[in-house]
Amino acid sequence: MAAGGLTLGAVLGWASVRYRVQEDPLVEKIDAILPQTQCGQCGFAGCKPYAEAIAKGEADINRCPPGGEDGIRRLADLLGVEAKSLGEGLEHKPKSVAVIDEDLCIGCTLCIQACPVDAIVGAAKQMHTIVADRCTGCELCLPPCPVECIHMEVIHEDITTWKWRYPVYSIRPVRE
Amino acid sequence: MRRLHSFNGGAHPAEHKAESTARPIAAAPLVPLYVVPLRQHIGTPALPLVRAGDRVLRGQAIGQAEGYVSASVHAPTSGRVVAVEMRPVAHPSGLADLCVVIEADGEDRAIDLQPLDWRGMEPSHLRNLIRDLGLVGLGGAVFPSFIKLNPGEAGRVETLILNGAECEPWITSDDLLMRERAREILKGAEIMQAMLHAGEVVIGIEDNKPEAIAAMQAAVREMGLGYEVAVVPTRYPSGGAKQLTYLLTGRETPSRGHAVEVGVQVFNVGTAYGLHHALAEGRPLISRVVTVTGHVASPQNFEVRLGTPIEDLIRAAGGELEGATGEIIGGPMMGFDLQDRAAPVTKAVNCVIVKDAQRFPPPPAPRACIRCGECARACPARLQPFELYWYARARDFGKTQLFSLFDCIECGCCSHVCPSHISLVDFFRYAKSEIWAREREKEAADAARRRHEFHVWRLEREKQEKAERLARKAVAQVKEAEAAPVDAEAARKKAILQAAIERAKQAREGVTPRNVDHLTPEQQHQVEEADARRARLHAGAEDQKETENQP
Amino acid sequence: MTGAPFSLGPRNSTPRVMLKVLAALVPGIVAHYWFFGPGIVVSLLLTSLAAVGFEAFVLLMRNQPVRLHLTDGSALVTAWLLALSLPTLAPWWLYVAGSFFAIVVAKHLYGGLGQNVFNPAMVGYAALIVSFPLYMTQWPAPLELAVHAPGWADAFDLVFAGQGALSPDAYTSATPLDSLKTQILAGRTVEAVLGQPIYGLLGGVGGEWVALAFLAGGAALLAMRLTTWHIPLAFLAAVALSAGALHLIDPARHAGPLFHLMTGGVMLGAFFIATDPVTASTTPLGKLVYAGGAGLLTVVIRTWGGFPDGVAFAVLLMNMCVPFIDDYTQPRVFGKTARLRRRAP
Repeated sequence: MAAGGLTLGAVLGWASVRYRVQEDPLVEKIDAILPQTQCGQCGFAGCKPYAEAIAKGEADINRCPPGGEDGIRRLADLLGVEAKSLGEGLEHKPKSVAVIDEDLCIGCTLCIQACPVDAIVGAAKQMHTIVADRCTGCELCLPPCPVECIHMEVIHEDITTWKWRYPVYSIRPVRE
Repeated sequence: MRRLHSFNGGAHPAEHKAESTARPIAAAPLVPLYVVPLRQHIGTPALPLVRAGDRVLRGQAIGQAEGYVSASVHAPTSGRVVAVEMRPVAHPSGLADLCVVIEADGEDRAIDLQPLDWRGMEPSHLRNLIRDLGLVGLGGAVFPSFIKLNPGEAGRVETLILNGAECEPWITSDDLLMRERAREILKGAEIMQAMLHAGEVVIGIEDNKPEAIAAMQAAVREMGLGYEVAVVPTRYPSGGAKQLTYLLTGRETPSRGHAVEVGVQVFNVGTAYGLHHALAEGRPLISRVVTVTGHVASPQNFEVRLGTPIEDLIRAAGGELEGATGEIIGGPMMGFDLQDRAAPVTKAVNCVIVKDAQRFPPPPAPRACIRCGECARACPARLQPFELYWYARARDFGKTQLFSLFDCIECGCCSHVCPSHISLVDFFRYAKSEIWAREREKEAADAARRRHEFHVWRLEREKQEKAERLARKAVAQVKEAEAAPVDAEAARKKAILQAAIERAKQAREGVTPRNVDHLTPEQQHQVEEADARRARLHAGAEDQKETENQP
Repeated sequence: MTGAPFSLGPRNSTPRVMLKVLAALVPGIVAHYWFFGPGIVVSLLLTSLAAVGFEAFVLLMRNQPVRLHLTDGSALVTAWLLALSLPTLAPWWLYVAGSFFAIVVAKHLYGGLGQNVFNPAMVGYAALIVSFPLYMTQWPAPLELAVHAPGWADAFDLVFAGQGALSPDAYTSATPLDSLKTQILAGRTVEAVLGQPIYGLLGGVGGEWVALAFLAGGAALLAMRLTTWHIPLAFLAAVALSAGALHLIDPARHAGPLFHLMTGGVMLGAFFIATDPVTASTTPLGKLVYAGGAGLLTVVIRTWGGFPDGVAFAVLLMNMCVPFIDDYTQPRVFGKTARLRRRAP
C-alpha cells in the first residue's frame, strides 16, 4: 500500500514537472485582449495598468468601453468568470478618429502632450494634424484644446473593411 | 487520352446554359455615361491619373497600377471625365468605391495603338507592359496576370492549363468565346506558354460544351499547336483552379499556396484572349464578354466596355421581364445579389442573372443540423462543413481555423446539398471576414501598444534628463563655490584654457564672407543694420521660448 | 443577409430524410406484426403519440417555433425505434416513460435535434431496463409457439387495462438470447440449447425474419443514400468476427456469428440505431471505429454482461467516444499534407 502510494506520488510529481504548463504572465494575456486605446475610461492610466489591476483582482472586467461586449466576453473566457454587461456610466461608441479643424488650431501643443500614442504631429505655433492611422479614438486630446478645434469622426466601413454579417435567418416568436 | 483525377464531392446544379447560347456574342451598345472603378482587381487600387474636366480617349490609362499587386485601368471610350468620386460598385456590400466617371462624346476615338513585338522583349519589361495594359484574370478572381506570368525561380512551369471548364450554371461567356474566337484564345496561350516556358498546354473544358470543344480542337489542329483539349466531366466546381489542376494533373495545390508551386499555372480562356489582343494590337483591357441571362427578354452574351452600368447592359438584352426579383452578379453558386443597378461592369463581372421568383425562390426556413454529412461528402476541399458551421455559429473562430476554414473555397456545394437548408457558406464567409477584421484590429492594437510604450518611455527619459540637468547645474554651482579659494596653478591653467576658447571663438567669428572685404561705407552701414536686426529678432525668439517653457 | 448559392440542390430535406427512414422500417414492422401479433401496432401508436406530444410540449417550453421543428419528423423516428426495441404488450406507462426519457431527457435537455450526445431511443430503452427490469424481460412469444396468441382485444387490454387480463405465462416466453444465456449458465452446451424449437432456423422463430426484414430496409436506406455503408458494415462485421472468434475458442459455450447477427437488436441497431447521424461519428474512418466498437461491445455485453442484449449499451458507450474518435479521424484536407489534429488553438 505504502509502496504503491509512493510510486504514484513519484509519478505524479514527475508528471507535474514534465508537463508543466508554461503560461504567459496573465497581465500580458489580458493586455493582449484590451484594445490599446489608452483612453483611461476604465479609471486607470492606460490599458496596461488596467490589465495589471484585473490580474490582481482589483478591477472588474467590464470597465473597458472600447473593447465592448466582445472584449468583456473574451476577458471572461480568459479568466474563467461570468461575462457581464458594460459597467455603470460607460458606453460603447462606434470606432472613431479625432480630426483637427486646421483653420482653428492655434498650435498650442497641448493635444500633442495629451496624446498617449503620439498620433499628433506639429510644433509650437504650427498647425497640428492627427495621423488617422495611428489615432486610437481615445478622445484624450479633446479636453485640453483651448479653442475646441478637435472633434471625433466615426469611421465608416469601406469595401476593404466591410464584413459579412452573422447569418440571421430564423424569425423566432418573442414571448411577451 | 489524359488520365483524369476525380476530386471529392461536388454537385450537379441545374445547368441553364441553353438560355444564353442561342445567340452569338454581340457588342454591347455605347452608353452615354461610364463609371470605371479604380479597384477592378485583387490588390491595391489603381491611382487616378485624370481629374474632372479632363478629356480622355479610348484606351487611355486613367488609373496607374500602384504597388506590386495591382493593374492599370483604362478609359472604355472617348469623352470627358465628369468626376472622380465614390460610386456604388458591384460588390456584395453594395458600398461605394472610387470611380472615374466618363461622359462619352460618342466619337469613340482611340489612342494610337501600337502592336507590341513581345517575342524580342526582356521578360520583366514585358510583364510591366502587361500590368500597364490592365490584364487581370477574367475568370472571376481578377488577380493581376503579369504576376502569374512569371515562371519564378524554377524558370519554367510544367503544365499551362487554360480553364474553359465554366462549371457555374447559367454562365456561358467562356463557352461562346471558345466557340467563336478559339484562334485568338490560342494565340494568347502561345504568349503565355512562351513567357512561362511551359512544357505542355492543356485546355480543360466540361463535356457539356461540345461546340466549344470542337471549335478549340479544330483551332489547335489548324494552327499546328501541340496543345491538348481535355474534356472533363460536368461536375461543379471543376472550373475551380485547384480542382481543375487536380483533375488534369493529379496534383494538389498546397493549402494556402499557388498552383505554380506544383509546376502548374492556370489561366481563364478569356484572359488568354485578352492577352492576345493586348499584345497583338497594343489594346488595353477595356472590354470583356458578359453573359446576361435569366428573366430577360433575350438572354445573350455581350462584349461589354468596362464601366458600362449594369442597368444599361440589361437593357441591351431586351430588358428584364415582368416579375423580375433582382440580379445576381456571377453565377448562382458563387455570385452575389446586386444592390444597385447603376453599378458598372468590371473586369470581375462575367455574368448578370436577372432573378424571378420561380427559378430563384427565397430560401426555405433552415432546420437543425442533423450532422448527416451530406456537406462533407460534397465538399471538394474535403472539409467537414457541419463542424465548421457549428463553430462559426458559436463564434469560436479559433476552432474554425483549426478545422481549416481558410481552405474553404466558398463554392457553395455544402449549402446546395444541405437537407436542412442551412446557408453554411454564409457562416464561413462571416467567420472569415470576422477573423480578418480581428487580425486588423489586433495589428492596430499592437501598434498602438508599441507607440504608447514608447510614449511612456520618452516622457520618462525627458523627466530623467531634466532631473540630471538640474542636478549637474547644482553640482557645478557647488563646485564653483568650492573652487573659490584660488589655487594658483589651477587658475593659471583655467586662464590658458579660457584664452584658447576665446581665440577659437574669435577665429570662428572672424571668418567673414569674402564679398565683404572691400565695402563702401554705405554698404558697411547696411550690413551692420541687418546684423542688429537679426540680433534683436534672435533675442526676441529666445524670450518667447522662455515664456513658453514656463508651465 | 443570405448569399450564394442561390440554387438549391436535389429536392431533399430533413423531413423527407426522416420519412424515408420511417418507410425503411416498415418491412420490419410488418414482419413483427406477422410473427408476434398486433402488439407492435399498439406500442408504435402509443410511443408516437407520446413522443410527438412531449416534443411539442418541450418546444413550447423552450420558446421554439413548434411547427417548424415538429414537422421535421425526428420525434417519430425516435418513437418508432424505441417501440421496436421494447417488448410489446407492456403497460402503457412504460412506453410513455420511455418516450419521456428519449425526447425530453436525451434530446431536449441537450439542446434539441442535432445537439444530443446520446441516441434518444437507446437512452429511453436503457432508462427503462434499469428501472423496470421485470416488464422489460416479458417478451411476447412468437404466435406459433404461444399458449394463447393475443389478438387485438388482448393487446389493448394488456396495454391499457393492466396485466390482469391475461397471465404472462400464457403469451410470453424467454427470448432466444435470454434463454441461451441462462441455460449455458446452467451448464448446457450451445449445441444442445439451439436444438430447442424456439431457436428456429437462424436464431429464433419469428425474430430471425424480423431481422431479415430490417436488413432489407437497411439495404433500401443504403440504396437511397441516406446512410453510408461504413457503419452498418463495420457493426455487423464486428459482431460476426467477435462472435466467431469466441465460437472458435469454445463452441460449447458461445453461439456462432449467425446466431448473434439474427437475434436481438443487432440488425435494427446496425442499420437504424448506430447510424443515427447526430450521435454517430461523422468521418469515414471514425464511422468504422465507432461502429466496430459498438459491434464488439454488443457481443461482449451479451457474453459477459448482466443484460441479455447489448446493442443499446454498446451504442450509448460508443456515443460517448464520438467526439474523441472524430478528433483523431478527421480526413486530410485538400492541399494539406497531414490529417487534422485538434489541439488547443
